[in-house]
Amino acid sequence: MNLVLPQKSPDPRVGDIIKLAVMAVGGQGGGVLTGWIEALARAQGYACQATSVAGVAQRTGATIYYVEMAKKSELEPVFALAPAGGDVDVLIAAEMMEVGRAVMRGFVTPDRTTLIGSTHRALAVSEKMAPGDGIADADEVRAAAEIAAQKLILADMDGLAVAEGSVISSSLFGALAGSRALPFPREAFEDAIRASGKGVDASLRAFAAGYDAAQNSTEEPVAPEKPAAPELTGPDSEIARWKALSDRANALPGPVRQMAGNGLMKVVDFQDCAYGETYLDHLDRIVARDSADHDWLLSVTAAKYIANAMAYDDIIRVADLKTRAPRMARIQAEMGVKDGQLVEVTEFFHPRAEEIVSLLPATMGARWEASPKRMALMDRLFNKGRRLRTHSLRSFLMLHFLGGLKGYRLKTRRHQVEVAHLQQWLEASLAPLDDDYALSVELLRNRRLVKGYSDTHARSLTKFATVMNAAELLRGRKDAAEWMGRLREAALKDPDGKALEGAIQTVRSFV
Amino acid sequence: MAERSFKAEVEHLRKGNGDVFTGEGILAITKALLENGVGYVGGYQGAPISHLMDVLADAEELMAELGVRFEANASEAAAAAMLAASVHYPIRGAVTFKGPVGVNVASDALANLSSSGVNGGALVIVGEDYGEGSSIMQERSHAFAMKSQFWMLDPRPNLPSITKAVKDGFELSEASNTPVMLMVRIRSCHVTGSFATKDNVPPPLTVKQAIANPQSDFNRVVLPPMSYMHEQDKIKNRWPAAEKFIVENQLNEHFGPKDAKIGIVVQGGMYNGLIRALQRLGLADLFGRTDVPIYCLNVTYPLVRDEFDAFCEGKDHILVVEEGQPEHIEQHLGSFLYKVGRRLKLYGKDLLPMAGEYTGQVMLDGVTGFLKAAAPEMLPGKVRAPNAEEPRIPDLSKTVPIRPPGFCTGCPERPIFAGMKLVEQELGKHQITGDIGCHLFGSLPPFEIGGATMGYGLGPASNAAFDGGGERRAISMLGDGGFWHNGLSSSIGNMVFNKSDNVVVIVDNYYSAATGGQDVLSSRAHNDTKATNNPISAALKGVGVEWIRQIDHTYDVGKVRDTLREALTTDFKGPKVIVASSECMLNKQRREKPIRNKAFKDGRRVDVPRFGVDSDVCTGDHACIRLSGCPSLSLKRLDDPLRDDPIAHIDQTCVGCGNCGEVADAAVLCPSFYRADVVHNPGGFETWRAGLRNRVISWLQARRDAKRLRLTGAPT
Repeated sequence: MNLVLPQKSPDPRVGDIIKLAVMAVGGQGGGVLTGWIEALARAQGYACQATSVAGVAQRTGATIYYVEMAKKSELEPVFALAPAGGDVDVLIAAEMMEVGRAVMRGFVTPDRTTLIGSTHRALAVSEKMAPGDGIADADEVRAAAEIAAQKLILADMDGLAVAEGSVISSSLFGALAGSRALPFPREAFEDAIRASGKGVDASLRAFAAGYDAAQNSTEEPVAPEKPAAPELTGPDSEIARWKALSDRANALPGPVRQMAGNGLMKVVDFQDCAYGETYLDHLDRIVARDSADHDWLLSVTAAKYIANAMAYDDIIRVADLKTRAPRMARIQAEMGVKDGQLVEVTEFFHPRAEEIVSLLPATMGARWEASPKRMALMDRLFNKGRRLRTHSLRSFLMLHFLGGLKGYRLKTRRHQVEVAHLQQWLEASLAPLDDDYALSVELLRNRRLVKGYSDTHARSLTKFATVMNAAELLRGRKDAAEWMGRLREAALKDPDGKALEGAIQTVRSFV
Repeated sequence: MAERSFKAEVEHLRKGNGDVFTGEGILAITKALLENGVGYVGGYQGAPISHLMDVLADAEELMAELGVRFEANASEAAAAAMLAASVHYPIRGAVTFKGPVGVNVASDALANLSSSGVNGGALVIVGEDYGEGSSIMQERSHAFAMKSQFWMLDPRPNLPSITKAVKDGFELSEASNTPVMLMVRIRSCHVTGSFATKDNVPPPLTVKQAIANPQSDFNRVVLPPMSYMHEQDKIKNRWPAAEKFIVENQLNEHFGPKDAKIGIVVQGGMYNGLIRALQRLGLADLFGRTDVPIYCLNVTYPLVRDEFDAFCEGKDHILVVEEGQPEHIEQHLGSFLYKVGRRLKLYGKDLLPMAGEYTGQVMLDGVTGFLKAAAPEMLPGKVRAPNAEEPRIPDLSKTVPIRPPGFCTGCPERPIFAGMKLVEQELGKHQITGDIGCHLFGSLPPFEIGGATMGYGLGPASNAAFDGGGERRAISMLGDGGFWHNGLSSSIGNMVFNKSDNVVVIVDNYYSAATGGQDVLSSRAHNDTKATNNPISAALKGVGVEWIRQIDHTYDVGKVRDTLREALTTDFKGPKVIVASSECMLNKQRREKPIRNKAFKDGRRVDVPRFGVDSDVCTGDHACIRLSGCPSLSLKRLDDPLRDDPIAHIDQTCVGCGNCGEVADAAVLCPSFYRADVVHNPGGFETWRAGLRNRVISWLQARRDAKRLRLTGAPT
């Protein structure tokens, strides 16, 4: 009805305001980046305004910096102090979930936004806490970012910067230059870094890496270098025995072969070739009851979890792993040790009576375990934190000795317990096999729940038992396998088993 | 010493006539104070004005040259009370703190100050911590101005306006004998820009000169019958004087055409947000020149009836843009309109939300709604009849995890909460109250320890109902900042006096850390102008606490756990206070990094600790993370088909605080952790000994490897 009225033509210069937001995690140097952008804009004859939030809300939390700029003119422009949804030209997100947060908050829109994001992850506490795998799905964020952004630049900006001995603000600044989202030449960006006068060389190198990443953003990301495939090495006599074993594994049905190969290596590394034979014997019994109808899923699953169950985490294994030669090399590399520097390594052991007694010969161990008095004595003698400085000979020798007890391991109380547990689990898992193949697979997978040491290990066994026992409730139902999977997932959600309790309640309500 | 140093920026404060200052809003305010002949300044830190306190502290030398006294007040109440100097003496004074929580604390002094009235300009600079980035309850400081009858400035968020408000504030204060509050919002405090500077002006009368010639006047004392006269004075004299000054000096601004049927009344601080909405609708240009009349309230209290009346003349529709609740301004203006019998339509919290920050989208929606109702012809076509289909962007709200603030890498408070969690696992859940400070992060996952807090230094006071005791003792947290702010009397004194049987954990990290690492009485650092090194335990003894345990290394999780257990189970009757002291890691790193780098360069022996996790020993149960939450302790997925769950991993940002090892030990977690001390510039003997050890170790390893099969190239 008002169409006859003349339309106001908007000021074209309003459209020329460049609006740039930086979404970072507190402590990432978002302030430095913002400072550079501001200095750059002013040096290039732009009026520029930046805002930020400082203080406690910023400590390791998500935070936003915001910059607006426009060509300098006779009057001062009026800039906004915070980004608005649908009105951001450049969005720099210094972490992958912050990329997601930017998209979620509507700061990234297909009509205008250049999105520069770092694909590296700084995991939020909620992701790290779950006893299972609580890590958020970065692919979902990437997919959303591809739809939302007009131009998308994603690269591991943190990795690029760290490789150059710098921090992420430099590589992001480089990516901003490389994106050409700002009307300034590369040299102007670099001048801004130079003018800041701190760690200039490293910053410029990281800047260049970020710049290149932005320029080549259309390329497919290069797959990270695959670590060398695991293999077994050792004396010739042993290798011959290993060959025979490995041939036996290779004779298994196609889909099972690879997992069985990995599993076999794990148990042989844990103990010896004879132990590997036991592993394959277990597996053979399962393969015999399996078929290609289900793609050998039961056998593949068994190959994985039997290996994990057989290579249990006892003191001997830990001591062995801690005293191997490649470990020291790995620590040196990880800590970036240079020539002329020394590394001193301290281990944190805290054995309880249970762990000590589990090292005793089986019968004796069982007797001691049954006696609270003896256990209390053991606790008094051994239960305290032990810091072993494994670079010193005393501590090394002790661990080296413990790690060499493999020949005795199969006689220990721990081994007896583990073997019984393995048998029980396999029997329980295979019990429903004839009626419900999928349920058997799920029951085998429950072995994933067993992990940790001491109390954590004990709690995980309780959870494992609870989930396994639920099979009785579920047997005969069409969706038994599905529910078994759900129960396991619930058990992995929190340490106290609250989610599992709830899930079990649900199951009880319908059976 | 504060987290951020402004030493370099402070030099800009010396700029004079004809210069241009470019920088942050906070610095601009400081400069404006000096240009306006301020005689004394003070305040209490807290976001968003912490940096203002830091700038003042760093500018102490310059201020001393001018004869300006700087006081780092013990609390907001102390800061506001300091303005008493302006009651009798014609000296300009300014204090700063955060709002509304700081204003809450200061309100007693502010009320007294407002009753007495001032002679010299008294300015309270309040950083209003509201909206995104705020760390406190969402309220407004506005009501304090209304109840005490002091005036409230809310300037447009740009440096020229903010610095002008400082000048206006002093003059308004003096013209009306009333203290003035200058409110700046979170982002205005840190907004950058430029303004033309003037020479600094030494105070015409310094505090030193004033004290040489003491004055008193019982008419200014808040006692009957003078207090009744004060109230009458506020209404009959000070208020009209303020209105007169506001109108004559045009503190409030008008923008846009004079004649139009519509108009918008806006708080100064919301002006840029309003202009952006109008810009997006094509109704304002780059410089804010607009087709919509705007009445910009740089003074939000008192509201000047005549000015508003004149603005309303000839208009049919008025929108009030007022952030926060309740809608004090809108109510006030509504009552003006009703009383003069105007029939124009008043919009405000019907189109804009009553609660919450006025973000870009909220503003755009509100202004669009107003124009749709009041002047649809002004709206661009696409707003009136949107036809473009917007692309559907996948919903990520279930994917992206929340990221609340938390303890920094290496924070000394983390092991305190790890210890507390271990005690809870042993003795069961306890009634716990928190306090204000970084330690409040302990209430978040993974620790989830502590409940509500009632204010700064009020942690133990918040547990007072349980002082009588019971089956389990109540625990309360208190930081060193809170302890000296208010906690010593309101919390500890209260416990002693009432014979409380409860437990207090005082987190002493050597600084007021959450606000940016300012010094407090018990700070360990030497400070040229402040008295530090006053132990908390001595103060506790002084007020009569008998059961005190000092922990000098909070990273000793076992000791924290045992001490807390003792406090909870001892037969001792009376308050039990544990002082857990270790330096804030953020500040420690900042302090020690340069020293360490110099030692590297000088070739001195330096031992750099860092933690690691043996990936083949870690089983991926994440129990360690549930007792830590450290940013550098994260997860890593292994490229191993036999493993399902990601394992713990420590990245290169680890500062080697020791928490991981202590927790693994105290909680009997697992043997996956190791500490690697990289020794830079080791001594000759040390190198020789290490070589010898390595040869023996290598021989032993080779001997064993000759006899067994072992896995190589396994994923790590």
